[in-house]
Amino acid sequence: MPLLSLVIWLPILGGLAVLAASRHTSDANIRWMALAVSAVTFLVSLPLFFSFDNSTHEMQFVEMAAWIPTLNINYHLGVDGISMPLILLTAFSTIFVVAAGWEVIKDRVAQYMAAFLIMEGMMIGVFAALDSVLFYVFWEAMLIPMFIVIGIWGGPRRVYATIKFFLYTFFGSVFLLVALIYLYFQADKSFAILDFHALQIGMEAQILIFFAFLIAFAVKVPMWPVHTWLPDAHVEAPTGGSVILAAIMLKLGAYGFVRFIMPIVPDASFELDWLIILMSLVAIVYIAFVALVQEDMKKLIAYSSIAHMGFVTLGFFMVFTIFEKSGSIQGAALGVEGALIQMISHGFISGAMFLCVGMMYDRMHSRNISDYGGVTNTMPVFAAFFLFFAMANAGLPGTSGFVGEFMVILSAFQANFWYAFLAALTLIFGAAYTLWMVKRVLFGEIKNDKVAKLTDLNGRETLILGTLAAAVLILGLWPAPLIDVMHATVNNLLEHVVVSKL
Amino acid sequence: MAFEIPNFTPALPEIFVLTMICVVLVVDLFLTDKNRSITYLLSQATLLGAAVLTVVVQSSVPEYTFSGMFVNDSMGTVLKLFIYLSTSVVFIYSREYLIERNLFKGEFFVLTLFSVLGMMVMVSANNLLTIYLGLEVLSLAMVAMVALNRDSSISSEAAMKYFVLGAIASGMLLYGMSMLYGATGSLDHTEIASFVTQGSTDDIVLKFALVFIVIGLAFKLGAVPFHMWVPDVYQGAPTAITLFISSAPKIAAFAMLMRLLVEGLGGLLVHWQDMLIIIAVLSIIAGNLIAIAQTNLKRMLAYSTISHVGFLMLGILAGTSDGYSAGMFYVIVYALMSLAAFGMIILLSRSGFEADTLEDFKGLNQRSPWFAFMMLITMFSMAGVPPTVGFYAKLAVLSAVVEIGLVWLAVLAVVFSVIGAFYYLRVIKFMYFDKAVDTAPISSAYDMRAVMSANGVIILLLGIYPTGLIALCVSVMP
Repeated sequence: MPLLSLVIWLPILGGLAVLAASRHTSDANIRWMALAVSAVTFLVSLPLFFSFDNSTHEMQFVEMAAWIPTLNINYHLGVDGISMPLILLTAFSTIFVVAAGWEVIKDRVAQYMAAFLIMEGMMIGVFAALDSVLFYVFWEAMLIPMFIVIGIWGGPRRVYATIKFFLYTFFGSVFLLVALIYLYFQADKSFAILDFHALQIGMEAQILIFFAFLIAFAVKVPMWPVHTWLPDAHVEAPTGGSVILAAIMLKLGAYGFVRFIMPIVPDASFELDWLIILMSLVAIVYIAFVALVQEDMKKLIAYSSIAHMGFVTLGFFMVFTIFEKSGSIQGAALGVEGALIQMISHGFISGAMFLCVGMMYDRMHSRNISDYGGVTNTMPVFAAFFLFFAMANAGLPGTSGFVGEFMVILSAFQANFWYAFLAALTLIFGAAYTLWMVKRVLFGEIKNDKVAKLTDLNGRETLILGTLAAAVLILGLWPAPLIDVMHATVNNLLEHVVVSKL
Repeated sequence: MAFEIPNFTPALPEIFVLTMICVVLVVDLFLTDKNRSITYLLSQATLLGAAVLTVVVQSSVPEYTFSGMFVNDSMGTVLKLFIYLSTSVVFIYSREYLIERNLFKGEFFVLTLFSVLGMMVMVSANNLLTIYLGLEVLSLAMVAMVALNRDSSISSEAAMKYFVLGAIASGMLLYGMSMLYGATGSLDHTEIASFVTQGSTDDIVLKFALVFIVIGLAFKLGAVPFHMWVPDVYQGAPTAITLFISSAPKIAAFAMLMRLLVEGLGGLLVHWQDMLIIIAVLSIIAGNLIAIAQTNLKRMLAYSTISHVGFLMLGILAGTSDGYSAGMFYVIVYALMSLAAFGMIILLSRSGFEADTLEDFKGLNQRSPWFAFMMLITMFSMAGVPPTVGFYAKLAVLSAVVEIGLVWLAVLAVVFSVIGAFYYLRVIKFMYFDKAVDTAPISSAYDMRAVMSANGVIILLLGIYPTGLIALCVSVMP
């Protein structure tokens, strides 16, 4: 059964069906329909995990069909231990996005739901694509629904934010396109990503390709200093948009690093790993300070996302230093696996944080920290969840936030003490900005009448946050299944990366 | 010398169209305004008949006739079919628009069919004179069409500019052709080509001839720095005419480039390649930058056309078979997108109201989600964002220039296409993010709605599965 195609096209076709049905049925039915589509998609994606063969690094669930034979472009899908968990994360998150827009979105419900469902299919397509043109098509196409979502349902400065978001990412991706075309001719007219992996490329070309890829993926991650679109986009986006941005879209950039940059241009990556490490450390340390002074809760979480994604890129690019020092890939594997777990975990935690802020915003219509205070008195259940996710965000042991960060810091010690020192600062800063926000919002006296009138979570909201909390806990206490899935793939990646392609 | 009767068969479509033009002209004389739709139907029938004849007389190997002045090959067949198709769509889109503006006269149809005839002759030309003949038939008919709304001073001004600048361009082209004749002693493309490849290409006259010919072609295509007429004519002409000017004649202009530069002067590739690089780069830069400042949609699309012409040239200047087919794919896709964009302006216009400013598209998503979506697809396709067909057009021409090692050119082109994306996004912003000010219901004929929808859907479907069209363009290139 073409499982991957099903997971990609089911939500896309479902989204179109939702649009088509909107003329004939009520908004309530549309919501249920969208929820059903997203739930079924998640169910369909589950066999990817359960029938996954952990012992091999080969691509699994491969599908291959000729698409544009004259240019040798194929509809080529497949997943390995890196992409499969991300597909599950995408399918999982979309359910919450649909549920989060349940009551708040009253205007053009069908378009809202359809945009997210179509986006889901496209994001899964990015993770599953093994042909670079197919990858690029999904990569660009998902900008369209996001552009619409922020632009229609966003906040007051939504037009500025969404155009900035689109142009920023579009600007990055066009360099990716030129690099892919260049590789196409190098690889004897093949667009297959795995053929690119096997290419021998000269150093000068590698450096240029490296930068072309870096622009595309660094914007998406986003890495300092090309992160400025993210806070704007997050603040203006509706809750669902923020969740997808933080939970999935940022991961796409990081995925590009391990799927494209490291295997295709390993020598340039080795040569320029200091640059990425520098950018990552700046993101971890400097952006944490920026997060500390934010007045707007969404902005604070957005900056915290940038800092957390710094960990991911740091984990990837320490590989070269560690290998140089120890001569073995075992230590490096710890860092890469940590980074990958951090990606999944950040998907849960940042998604949950944005949902929490969204729930407060729905009641108060404000995201300013100063408008809140003493929320725990009126919304005790909510406060418990919010505190839990904040702790996870700060890397509390027992939550998923801890596992990834710990592994990356541990691995950093093998590379360089100062990397580890600076990276470990995040445990302090992360706790500082997150918990200080929690303190100001949740605790203390009830600040004003509006807070006094707050009502606690309803059943739907409790269910959303409860599920996410369970996911964060399970991944934090028992990350072994996830690590097992990744292990063979990561080892293969590292063995590939440390061999020069000059 | 015995007079040999030429083989008329390859030129049957042209002969048929010419005959039908005369028939339409005469029949229209006897019709009242009430029965004018007979002219419309006759014109559509002409296009259909021409398409059938073109398919019937098609030949996989090039057929020459009229002493080698006329060629019938598979590239010509495909280009002609797309010319008929887009003209037929133009007729459908413009019918109501013209009725509402009291322009639904026989002249419109006769002139359009004359332009089609000119384009057919251009597409099948194998001789400098034939090219010139086709070009002038097209240009003169189009000048008259731009001035069709004779009460409008802005239309007359546009027509005047078009005529004067077009005449200069024709003069340049003719001058270049005469030098070419002087240098090679022939007007026949095949003979010129063999002279150029055998003889010394250092011949200074040949290069001079080339310069003038390229200038003439750039004028006709509307490439920078010979683009000044494009925005004025696009804005000044009635939208139905702009719709026509922006679609089918671009296909013919592509054919002219292929016939003259590639088939005739292919041996001078190294020389015209550099010229086209400069023209293409300037067109892409200027077209995209100036378009940002426009508030009139027709004018904005005019500048966007200029940048698209630059992209189209990228394919041709590669000088490879892949490049030519990429150029051909690009021009067909462009015609398709252009039809959709200008068609949308016509769709939103109504009696006494032209929806040709960006503001007129405000809140279209509330008024008609379906047509807003169609315009969204068109705009993203023009910007080259997948999954629309515009992306593959850009992919094809970019890979053509990367293949010959001009990576910097590809990088420059994509950077400016990002800048270009801004003004397309702005149209979408008006449609989706702003509240509607004009809440009048969108009224238009059913055939127009149906074709408009098909047009948008095709742009999307070709974006998901472009294989057939790409393969077609590849197969007709030598």
